[in-house]
Amino acid sequence: MKTHQYLRATAALALSSLLLAGCEAPPPETVQLGYRGVGQEQVANPKTLAATVAENQVPAPQPAVPAGGPKAADVYENVQVLGDLSVGEFTRLMVAMTEWISPEEGCNYCHVDEGFQYDTKYTKRVARVMTVMTQAANVEWGAHVGGAGVTCYTCHRGKNIPANVWATDPGQPHAPGVMTAGQNIASVTAAYSSLPNDPLTPYLEGDEEEAKNLPWRVAGTTALPSGNRSSVKQTEWIYSLMMHFSDSLGVNCTHCHNTRAFYDWEQSSPARVTAWHGIRMVREMNNDYVNETADWLPDHRKGPMGDPLKVNCATCHQGAYKPLLGANMVQDYPNLSRYTVAVKAEPVEENAQEAAPMDDVENGDTLREQVEQVIEEEMTTSE
Amino acid sequence: MSLLSFERKYRVRGGTLIGGDLFDFWVGPFYVGFFGVTTAFFALLGTALILVGASMGDTWNIWRINIAPPDLSYGLGVAPFAEGGCWQLVTICAIGAFVSWILRQAEIARKLGMGLHIPFAFSYAVLAYVTLVVIRPVLLGAWGHGFPYGILSHLDWVSNVGYQFLHFHYNPAHMIAITFFFTTAMALSMHGSLILMATDPRDGEKVKTGEHENTFFRDDIGYSIGALGIHRLGLFIALGAAFWSAVCIVISGPFWTRGWPEWWNWWLELPIWN
Repeated sequence: MKTHQYLRATAALALSSLLLAGCEAPPPETVQLGYRGVGQEQVANPKTLAATVAENQVPAPQPAVPAGGPKAADVYENVQVLGDLSVGEFTRLMVAMTEWISPEEGCNYCHVDEGFQYDTKYTKRVARVMTVMTQAANVEWGAHVGGAGVTCYTCHRGKNIPANVWATDPGQPHAPGVMTAGQNIASVTAAYSSLPNDPLTPYLEGDEEEAKNLPWRVAGTTALPSGNRSSVKQTEWIYSLMMHFSDSLGVNCTHCHNTRAFYDWEQSSPARVTAWHGIRMVREMNNDYVNETADWLPDHRKGPMGDPLKVNCATCHQGAYKPLLGANMVQDYPNLSRYTVAVKAEPVEENAQEAAPMDDVENGDTLREQVEQVIEEEMTTSE
Repeated sequence: MSLLSFERKYRVRGGTLIGGDLFDFWVGPFYVGFFGVTTAFFALLGTALILVGASMGDTWNIWRINIAPPDLSYGLGVAPFAEGGCWQLVTICAIGAFVSWILRQAEIARKLGMGLHIPFAFSYAVLAYVTLVVIRPVLLGAWGHGFPYGILSHLDWVSNVGYQFLHFHYNPAHMIAITFFFTTAMALSMHGSLILMATDPRDGEKVKTGEHENTFFRDDIGYSIGALGIHRLGLFIALGAAFWSAVCIVISGPFWTRGWPEWWNWWLELPIWN
C-alpha cells in the first residue's frame, strides 16, 4: 500500500515536471498589431527577446579613411568588382569583409600567398558574386531592405557560411511504395510541422514565369464557394513556406496577415508588402547570383542533390523581424549600396520596385529532378 | 404553466445560501432566491451595456456588432467606456450572472437534498469563460487579451490567436480537449440510442430494461459500463472537454510563446535518440 502511494506520488511528480519542462514562465511580452480585441498580436518570451538583442549587435565600423587617392584597379591587379574604389576605401572594405566572413582564417580564406591577384581559391570568386549580390540588394530592392540595407555581415555574422542556408531537400529515406508527399518530417524549414519539408525549392528558386503557376493564393476570396479549386495539398505547400517566414523572423502569422482574410491586402499589415518584395528579391539572389556559382563551386558547398547552398528568409533575418533589428550598417560602407561595376542590365525585372500588387501574388520555381515529380504531383492536384 | 399536482410538496422553505427567507419564493415555475435576483440584475445590466456599446459602434447588423476589449496599452487598468471600458463592465456583469446562476443551482439542489453535480458541472463552463477573459489576460498583463463580444469579431479573435502559435492543432491540451469533445458526442449518442432501443420499442414489443441494455453492449464490445456508470463517464468526459479547453488557451501565450509544432521538439530531443 505504502509502496503504491510512493510510486503514485513519484509518477505524478515526474509527469508534472515533464509538463512544466515544456513550459515558459509568464508573463510574455506582447505587441498589439491590429484593432483592439482582434488578436493581431506578437507574443514573445522576454528571455528569447533578450537573446535576440544580444545576437544582433552590430560590430563597430572600420575607421574611416581619407578621401581620394588612386583607384584600387590602378594599384592592384585583377580587381574586377571593386576597382573604382580608392585604395583606402578598398582596403578598408577588405578588412571589414575579413572581420565579417573569415575572422579566423583572415585574408587567406580567399587569397593565396603567391599574390592577392590570383583567383586560385573558389572563395574569392564567390566573394565577387556575393559582393555584386549585396550591391544589387541595396540598389534594386529598397522595397525590401530599405532603411537598413544589407552588408556581408547581415548574413555571415563572422562565419564563412551564413548559419542559415538551404539546398534542395531530398527528404528522408523511406520504404518503397510509401507516399510521403514531401512531408511528415519534423522539418526546421516548416517550423517543425508535418507540412511539406522543402517549400523553398519551388517558391524561392526558379524564374518568375514558372513561379506564377505555383499555388500561392489558395484561400478563396469570397465567403461562400465560388469556383476556388485549390486543394488541401496545394495549401500545405504555401503554408509550409509561410511557416518558414514566421520562424525565420521570429513572428507569427499576424505579423503580416489578419487571418480572417489572409488574401486581403486591405486588411494586412504593411509588413506583408515588404515580404512580397522579399520573395522576389530572394529568388533573384538564388537564380542570378548563387546558382551562377554552381558550375565551379566545390561539392562540399553544395546540398545533397548538388545545388549550391542558397538564400532564404532566415539567411538574413536569423530569427529577428528585421535583420540586426533594423540597424543600418551599410551607411558606413557606401560602396556596398551602389554598383561599382556595370552590372548586367537584366537582373531585376521591370516594375519590381512598384507598390505591391493589391491583387494576385504569384511566383516560384524549378526543381531538382528527383523532387520535381513529387512537387509537381502534389502542387498541381486541385480538387 | 400549471404546477404538477405533486410538485408543490417539493417547494419547501430553507436551504438558501444567503438572504434567508427574503427571496425564498417562486415566480411561476421559477425559483427566485437571492441569486436569482443577482442573476437577473447582472444579466439585464450586461445586456443593456451591450446595447449601449452597440449603439456606439457603426452597425446594427447582428453579425457585426462588436464590443471590443481595451487596447493592450491599458494593461490591467480601467479603460474609458468607449475604448474598452464597456467590455470591462460587460465582463463583470457576465461573470456576476454566471456565478449567480451556479449558486442558484446550488440552492435549489440543497432545497431538494440532492447532490451538487449540476452546479459543479456548470462551473466548468464558467471556468472556461473566466479563463478566457480574466485568468489569461491577467497572466499576459492586459485586459486587451480577452476576446471581443461579437458574433464575427470573436471568431476573428479565435482565428488570429490560433495563428499566433502558427498551428494550434499541435497544442497538446487542444488535442486532449478535442478528444474529450468528440468522445462526449460519441458517448451521448451511444447512450441516447441505447435508451431509445430499450424504452421506445416498435408496436407490439415490450419495453426492455437494464438487463437488455447491458447485454447489448456485452455482446457488442464485451463490456457494459452500467446505468450509473454511463452517467459518471458522461460527466467526466464532458467536464474534461471544458477543462482542457481552458487549459489549451491558458497555456497559449502565458506558458508558451512560439509555434505549437515546435513544442513537440522535446520528443525529438529525448536523450534516447538525440
